[in-house]
Amino acid sequence: MTSLSSRPERDVSVGLEVPHESATLHVTGAALYTDDLVQRTHGVLHAHPVCSPHAHARVTGLRPEPAYDVAGVVRVLTGADVPGVNDAGVKHDEPLFPDEVMFHGHAVCWVLGETLEAARRGAAAVEVDYEPLPAIVTVAEAIAAESFQGGQPTVVRGDVEAALAGAAHVFSGGIDFAGQEHFYLETHCSLALVDEAGQVFVQSSTQHPTETQEIVAHVLGLDSHEVTVQCLRMGGGFGGKEMQPHGFAAIAALGSRLTGRPVRVRLSRQQDMTMSGKRHGFDAHWRVGFDDAGLLVALDATLTSDGGWSLDLSEPVLARALCHVDNAYWLPDVRINGRVVRTHKTSQTAFRGFGGPQGMLVIEDILGRCAPLLGIEARELRRRNFYADDQETPYGQPVRHASRITAAWDQLVDSADIAAREAEVASYNASHEHTKRGLALTPVKFGISFNFTAFNQAGALVHVYKDGSVLINHGGTEMGQGLHTKMIQVAATALGVPLARVRLAPTRTDKVPNTSATAASSGADLNGAAVKDACDQITARLREVDAGRALPWEEVVREAYFSRVQLWAAGFYKTAGLHWDSSLMRGHPFKYFAYGVAAAEMEVDGFTGAYRTRRVDIVHDVGDSLSPLVDLGQIEGGFVQGAGWLTLEDLRWDASSGLARGRLSTQAASTYKLPSFSEMPEVFNVSLLSEAHEDGVVYGSKAVGEPPLMLAFAVREALREACAAFAPQPGFSVDLASPATPEAVFWAVRAARSCAPAPVTEGAPGVEPDQPSSGAPALHPHSEQVASRAPDNPVTGHRDRT
Amino acid sequence: MGSDVRITVNGQQRPLGSARVHTSALDWLRDQGLTGAKEGCAEGECGACSVLVARPDPVDAGTTRWTALNACLVPVAALDGQEIVTSEGLGTPDALHEVQREMAVRGGSQCGYCTPGFVCSMAAEFYRPDRGSGAPGDHAPGEVGPNDFDLHALSGNLCRCTGYRPIRDAAFALGAPTADDPLAARHAAPPPAPVATHLADLDGTFVRPSSLAEALTVLRDHPDAVPVAGCTDHGVEVNLRGLRASYVVALDRLPELRELTASDTAITLGAALTLSEIETGLASAGVSLPLLGAVIPQFASRLIRNGATLGGNLGTASPIGDTAPALLALDARLVLVSADGEREVALASYFTGYRETLKRPDELIRSVRIPLPLPGVTAFHKIAKRRFDDISGVAVALALDVVDGIVVTARIGLGGVAATPLRASATEEVLTGAPWSSETVAAAAEVLSGEGTPIDDQRASAAYRSAMLGQALPRLWHESQDRGDRVVS
Repeated sequence: MTSLSSRPERDVSVGLEVPHESATLHVTGAALYTDDLVQRTHGVLHAHPVCSPHAHARVTGLRPEPAYDVAGVVRVLTGADVPGVNDAGVKHDEPLFPDEVMFHGHAVCWVLGETLEAARRGAAAVEVDYEPLPAIVTVAEAIAAESFQGGQPTVVRGDVEAALAGAAHVFSGGIDFAGQEHFYLETHCSLALVDEAGQVFVQSSTQHPTETQEIVAHVLGLDSHEVTVQCLRMGGGFGGKEMQPHGFAAIAALGSRLTGRPVRVRLSRQQDMTMSGKRHGFDAHWRVGFDDAGLLVALDATLTSDGGWSLDLSEPVLARALCHVDNAYWLPDVRINGRVVRTHKTSQTAFRGFGGPQGMLVIEDILGRCAPLLGIEARELRRRNFYADDQETPYGQPVRHASRITAAWDQLVDSADIAAREAEVASYNASHEHTKRGLALTPVKFGISFNFTAFNQAGALVHVYKDGSVLINHGGTEMGQGLHTKMIQVAATALGVPLARVRLAPTRTDKVPNTSATAASSGADLNGAAVKDACDQITARLREVDAGRALPWEEVVREAYFSRVQLWAAGFYKTAGLHWDSSLMRGHPFKYFAYGVAAAEMEVDGFTGAYRTRRVDIVHDVGDSLSPLVDLGQIEGGFVQGAGWLTLEDLRWDASSGLARGRLSTQAASTYKLPSFSEMPEVFNVSLLSEAHEDGVVYGSKAVGEPPLMLAFAVREALREACAAFAPQPGFSVDLASPATPEAVFWAVRAARSCAPAPVTEGAPGVEPDQPSSGAPALHPHSEQVASRAPDNPVTGHRDRT
Repeated sequence: MGSDVRITVNGQQRPLGSARVHTSALDWLRDQGLTGAKEGCAEGECGACSVLVARPDPVDAGTTRWTALNACLVPVAALDGQEIVTSEGLGTPDALHEVQREMAVRGGSQCGYCTPGFVCSMAAEFYRPDRGSGAPGDHAPGEVGPNDFDLHALSGNLCRCTGYRPIRDAAFALGAPTADDPLAARHAAPPPAPVATHLADLDGTFVRPSSLAEALTVLRDHPDAVPVAGCTDHGVEVNLRGLRASYVVALDRLPELRELTASDTAITLGAALTLSEIETGLASAGVSLPLLGAVIPQFASRLIRNGATLGGNLGTASPIGDTAPALLALDARLVLVSADGEREVALASYFTGYRETLKRPDELIRSVRIPLPLPGVTAFHKIAKRRFDDISGVAVALALDVVDGIVVTARIGLGGVAATPLRASATEEVLTGAPWSSETVAAAAEVLSGEGTPIDDQRASAAYRSAMLGQALPRLWHESQDRGDRVVS
């Protein structure tokens, strides 16, 4: 066992079931979010965007003057005001003030007012001339127009054509599935101030303070040391605040710089939904081969993601999608192509799972649709195809602890009483004509680490004061996932002090610099190891002071001070053993895999397609939990959020040829429905996988932020089972749209009842997925070059998150 | 302008200050430095802005019920003279309220942003005076706790982090308020009286008239005045679509608009009663009202129902308002009142176009009259994505009287399939006089699926809407067979 993963024998605070460190502040309303600071800040100006009414148009005229006639308008910000680089991204494809608007709702300029009302009225008064241009809205339109952006990577192993030719069964098909709105309850918000020396201080709801700092600096033409970004906490992030806050923070900072007053940018829900990026929807086409025993022999697939108007994180999202098409299944010969289309929509971005869910949906959909055609129960088909220990993924990484998938699966089959319940479901279905139930199990295998090796580093700053109290800073941000709670537990354990002695200060770029985004589920792994490193340095010095006397903490600290021993330390951590070649799509990008298994029982009403979640059982692998209450919350919450993506949450963009073409028609809480209390499983049993210690990770734990979201495939597959039960005879292959809204389920039920021909094609050649042209660009080789040499421009090339 | 508006927040009286006519209670509270209530959607869908307001108890006259409302929807001027409690007023980090403690220790908060709103909605149910004697309405399994906590109390609060299970556990772990709990003790005293309010600025005027007569005069003199009650629709217009009405007239506390009576010939429901008041009022009067009784628990959320009224739902004349199809099937009539007097119109002739009615600008809906006897066989089908807190794609209300196996009357109200709510008259014709049989059901279902002029939108496709119309009668038939309904009277 490594020193990083082993726990001390006494004074162990990790593993304790403690509430969120801010819980008492949350429940009383005392917890402060960025927008709550406005009331505490004097003389704040409020910003309102002027948004494009076209999905694609050239801005041919911009007259801000009429806004100044509106009482309370102070300043209109336009591209001419930018002292630095007019760009909100790191790839230089996201102009902050565009000459060509690229999506419906794209901000052309911003108005600052004494009140939000004044800014809103001012924005309405600004005159903009547009020359409308043709807009691409759907993935199909983009493919037809060959509107691609970024690299077109392929993960390949073996000879897929030969394997398909030799397969006993070959099926082909496709699925076009939707993205997801983050709907963090707190919308994007930044509050910027400029101090007497011209230094900029931005409080921002951001998962990536360092990158927010870099973008603000380059927009203002400043160096990074002149910009400080602080994030107190976020009211939810889910990936939506990894890349997207930067432009809004830059607007606030620019406004503050120009007016000398604090400037607040806070989006309304409608603005947030209209202007900020979402989970990528994908289109996938595939051919798959099975042998007579139902074992997968080959998969040939092409995944096309809808990137929206700019690249943002689309390339690394695509890379992670391609690295997760295998999910928990051994695919001997495989070829998986990926590409990103450019459409005139919001620039799609990170969202919990980061492409992993999209990749896994493809294989789970394939297995769910092919099982009846093979005459094998879906549960059995999935289990037969699980990885064995140390088989390699298609990109060449051995699957360590693959047997944990089978262990978790069998544990769940037992604890959730699956065999008996399958019989109950069958008997229920036999006696109910208009209501059917379905029960399904699905696995999760999810790679932990950023694909891009350089991002797997973190820093921390730990102070011990003379009175023995401890203050920690680290580079991670708190968005509700309980990272700060875990970091306090790690520090208390490493120093051997009670939890109450440790306090955590908000995330600031002037405390811990050059941080990675709090993303990829890596927050606790990376920052926890950095916090522990700092604590270990202090502990080592104190051990020398103590010299075997076993003095109480306060005494040894006091003595250390008077002996002139340093009582603070900066900690650092980098994940060892990672490598990744994105042009070949091969390597060892992940430190380890997180595993989980879920079983869901759904009931479908055949009259309407409405459904209920009767019961969900989960066994999930968090290693040795750092904080069981926090981890339980991540598992349950991730599951429900995933179920929302797969069932209710239905992003609709106007694809008509009318004036509203390209407009998001579900741009408010009244039209975009996330799970509410009525979608909570009626029975919800979650347990942590036992004997799951993860060597080489802080105190034996595992990352937990993203993987549980993908447990929700059990809901989708159980709906498929229930729909199939409406067919007059067994063996019907159900084609289920995603999201599987009640309407989608109704159509699937209707197809089952009438035994509509399966949309899966059996036999060769079937539907052949598009293959990349010979000149297709590789995935972001640029960023790796940047990583290996001193960059010309310090802000480019840091974009390969996964 | 200098206003006399005073509002008691967490026990402390506060002047209106710089708030304006269209300022929401939420923005005003936050300007007061009370940032516990948050804006999550500004349209009453998420509940992050939920606060407690002291309202008349609909069961126990002369007493007070803490009622959770969306502060984002209500103009602050509408709360003149009222009492509000926010999450800050329930407890502090060092002295948590029981609701707050259960939420904190059970992992009920993650990011914490929705939490103060959940705490307020949960506190309202914690203090519900009749909690312990059963929750009104129909409930699915697991929706009522062992402590009689009704989960519908939280139906208007969204959480994106937890998946809800720990919040449910917190709610179901609550005990009863202690004897010395001041908020529980507040129940016995009368609620704050409505205060006649007149607030004007450059954006417009807010008036709470002191009498119906004054309200009618204002409407006659200001044809563009917007009458409001719970503001659950008006607030959305203000927040999302920038409506700045020149005149807003608050009607929700006028006693003439708040009667709830049952005679031998009709049930009368005041237009300014909230749907929650109707729900509890009918239950305490022992009146079982089909269709409307089925609609109310499915109508938006408890937070919305605590403000929304029949007058508002019918006054806005939305084609997807949920009460209209049920009231159409109940053959309801509306009492319209103006300075010139009253008139009664059939709801079936009331809707004249998209959000248009035969109500004149100077008229108000005073009450809704539901004639007796009530129909024998009824069903209300709301087709939506979510069971809680959603807007209908399609709504179908069916009311039949079957005598000796023959359908003697049939009334079917539809929502979401045309520019107005409407009666399915062609289908009614097929049913009337026909035997109540699976053959009749099949024939009538075919006709029903062709009623209306449904469209494709983000809630449902036209094809699905028509299919749902076609399913309604077979579903009713199936359910009535399953229940073994006694359809022979």
